[in-house]
Amino acid sequence: MTREEIIQPENLVYKKPELMNEVPMHYCPGCSHGVVHKLVAEVIAEMGMEEKTIGVSPVGCAVFAYRYIDIDWQEAAHGRAPAVATACKRLWPDRLVFTYQGDGDLACIGTAETIHALNRGENITIIFINNAIYGMTGGQMAPTTLVGMKTATCPYGRDPQIHGYPLKMTEIAAQLEGTAYVTRQSVHSVAAIRKCKAAIRKAFENSMAGKGSNLIEVVSTCNSGWKMTPVKANEWMEEHMFDYYHIGDLKDSSKL
Amino acid sequence: MGKIKGAVVVDEGRCKGCNLCVVACPTHCLALSVGEVNHRGYAFCRQTDMDACIGCASCAIVCPDGCITVYKKREE
Repeated sequence: MTREEIIQPENLVYKKPELMNEVPMHYCPGCSHGVVHKLVAEVIAEMGMEEKTIGVSPVGCAVFAYRYIDIDWQEAAHGRAPAVATACKRLWPDRLVFTYQGDGDLACIGTAETIHALNRGENITIIFINNAIYGMTGGQMAPTTLVGMKTATCPYGRDPQIHGYPLKMTEIAAQLEGTAYVTRQSVHSVAAIRKCKAAIRKAFENSMAGKGSNLIEVVSTCNSGWKMTPVKANEWMEEHMFDYYHIGDLKDSSKL
Repeated sequence: MGKIKGAVVVDEGRCKGCNLCVVACPTHCLALSVGEVNHRGYAFCRQTDMDACIGCASCAIVCPDGCITVYKKREE
């Protein structure tokens, strides 16, 4: 069997999601953002919501998310994506509304908006990319930076005496009455990516069924900020991040 | 039962050479280009072993830039 015989449309197993634009993404090589973008695009297409989805993009590395997925987008001021998503969902209840935020946007400047939107039980999904560092601005300490982890603004490692402790937003969200589904996932391996996709699907379905707000934290790598190769960054994440940010569902109202 | 054979097609211009697909491949049939770069200056991934691929799509699933298309066919 020749290679040409295998490469036929009827033998297709996997290709770039239809909803993703041809424009190359500006993310650094190996960035977890790209994988999560692909998952979001795949889930929207599988749900048949291509024409009925509104994404709210943040400030941070994912600020250009609107260039990469071919759905309706609204850019929000720094940290205010959940507030903008609230407005979108209340005005268009039949739309699938989600925000896509990093840890600087969600866990720092937007902490109040995030907690209150989740607590109100808005029928939105928040996708939270936690890479424990400020990627876009050049690798400064984030609220989620691990104790002892070195960044540009804590070159001797994060010291709880000076900088406090890493913020577990997902654990906070799981305590709120308004949330329907709160989970922490990662995208470092094929199995983890499949689980993350299932979680995104569940959250989107919850928000369309009016069950409440959903938070998906994706523990991610920032290989440029961490100053590692993409492969090494994945290993470092498995070794260090998962001890503090435990992977799994924290709250699932469908199982109550 | 026939053997399954796969083929990987890489969008070389889109690839950033992050190496994640090479590590994810269970049959080690991918490699980064050596001494050759795409128009953006990145080494890019390509299929080096044409017979080993089983079309599992692990490479494509982990690819952050969606550069990889995978095909597979059962040998008659």
